[in-house]
Amino acid sequence: MKLVGEKGVRRILMTVAFSAISALLLITLFIINEGLPFIFRYGLKDFLLSSDWNPAAGKFGIFPMITASLWVTFGAMITGAPLGVAVAIFLSEYAPRPMMKVVKPTIELLAAIPSVVYGFIGVMVLAPFIRSYFGGPGLSLLAGSIILGIMILPTVISISIDSIMAVPRSYREGSLALGATTWQTIHMITIKASKSGIIASIILGLGRAVGETMAVIMVAGNSVNIPHSALDSVRTLTANIALEMSYATGMHRQALFATGVVLFVGIIILNSIASVALRKRTSKR
Amino acid sequence: MLKKAVIASIVFVASIAAFGCGKSATSVTLAGSTAFQPFAERLAEQYMESHNGVNITVQGGGSAVGIQSANSGAAQIGMADMVQLPDEAKGLTPVIVARDGVAIVVNPKNPITNLTTEQVRDIFNGKITNWKQLGGNDAPITVVSREAGSGTRSSFEKIIGSIQLKKDALIQDSNGTIRETVSNDPNAVSYLSHGMINEKVKPLTLDGIQSSVENIVNGTYKLSRPIFLLVKGNIQGEIKNFIDYVLSPEGQKTIKDNGLLPAKS
Repeated sequence: MKLVGEKGVRRILMTVAFSAISALLLITLFIINEGLPFIFRYGLKDFLLSSDWNPAAGKFGIFPMITASLWVTFGAMITGAPLGVAVAIFLSEYAPRPMMKVVKPTIELLAAIPSVVYGFIGVMVLAPFIRSYFGGPGLSLLAGSIILGIMILPTVISISIDSIMAVPRSYREGSLALGATTWQTIHMITIKASKSGIIASIILGLGRAVGETMAVIMVAGNSVNIPHSALDSVRTLTANIALEMSYATGMHRQALFATGVVLFVGIIILNSIASVALRKRTSKR
Repeated sequence: MLKKAVIASIVFVASIAAFGCGKSATSVTLAGSTAFQPFAERLAEQYMESHNGVNITVQGGGSAVGIQSANSGAAQIGMADMVQLPDEAKGLTPVIVARDGVAIVVNPKNPITNLTTEQVRDIFNGKITNWKQLGGNDAPITVVSREAGSGTRSSFEKIIGSIQLKKDALIQDSNGTIRETVSNDPNAVSYLSHGMINEKVKPLTLDGIQSSVENIVNGTYKLSRPIFLLVKGNIQGEIKNFIDYVLSPEGQKTIKDNGLLPAKS
């Protein structure tokens, strides 16, 4: 009993594949259509560089949110990237294979934990800790950075491991044969050879950090404020959209879509850099 | 095998369609204030139990959403909790169905028990920044507020008067997260719907007056707000029946038993 032929299968799969792409296209068009007219009307410079966000008074400057997003992402990189890369090096170069086979999937499970759970842990454990040991309100840039740093670990670790493992065995053998120690081989040969993959893993992780919303809303405090220290409360671009979208109307609503456009452009830039870095790796081999 | 699967899926889709069409019953949608949402859900449940064929859906979204959706027709009844309805609500018929107090809350560890209106204003404006200035511990004040679309926030700011919320105030987007933040931070101060107070936070007296049910109902405690149901055009048919039910002794008792105050004392 043959319901669909060889060609039919091909056609069905193609339709499904294109529907996924067209969903992306539609979302892009929708955001741009809703957001761009506002940017033109309000002025790109005023929108991006003014720090006055007061929708009730018709003031829409997202500079504090842009700084907050950049700082939180940077903080996530500081906390998450070294940890992630170190774990990746340990698991691929030092740990016995069976151990890696257990640990790597376990780390990837971190990605399956809903972000609201991360946020909850941040609120219950991290924020009180920061408040009592460092001062400030606890819900802060620092708390956001640490939580996001943990959230990007699975991305950083698994892509880094893949690219370290992709380094040909002969490279390592050559280095060891010349009398280099294991660590010398790792940092002079293996890391060098897999550098673009590791960088791509960090950038992809950052893409996740920029786009994360729920956990950040819960731990960063959400005040529209250019931070002066890591203990200040901040509101990121994503948090701004999520907090205000439910009741925004008219100009305010368009301003939030425009915030989405800014975010979208930022993430596209990050992802393009990552894919360029990844392509460099594959073309080199 | 495959044939069976196809038939099964056709039957499944058809039954969903049939179910969807079969819902010829009158339906009423409420949307808006998150402070009143749980009460509206309970009232809707009770109402549907005694009125067969009526379907009442309740959605949240905040007071601003309530006004919006009543205007646009997305909901037949909008819910809003604010001292003064904004201009957008001009075309809607408001019915007060309950009252709710707003309490100023601090962490139970905080020794402060009373604040004057003046002090509350100065704290939220950022003029007073340390509990020491109010006779408390030497610790910075963490101001926590709601998002701008909140009815609780607009009522609070309206009654306290001339508040320009300080820039580094923390913002939380529901009564529940406000309570959580204040219960976790010994230096926090915020405001909360009266119905949401529990032992994790300490309500303060405002100008020496306690935010008790009695004081809110007789008007001595000034931080209180009405909860409106808003309807576009004439109130009639099933919408009228439901609002009448909310205002009936039974409906008002439900409201009172669950922590809000009845519309009339």
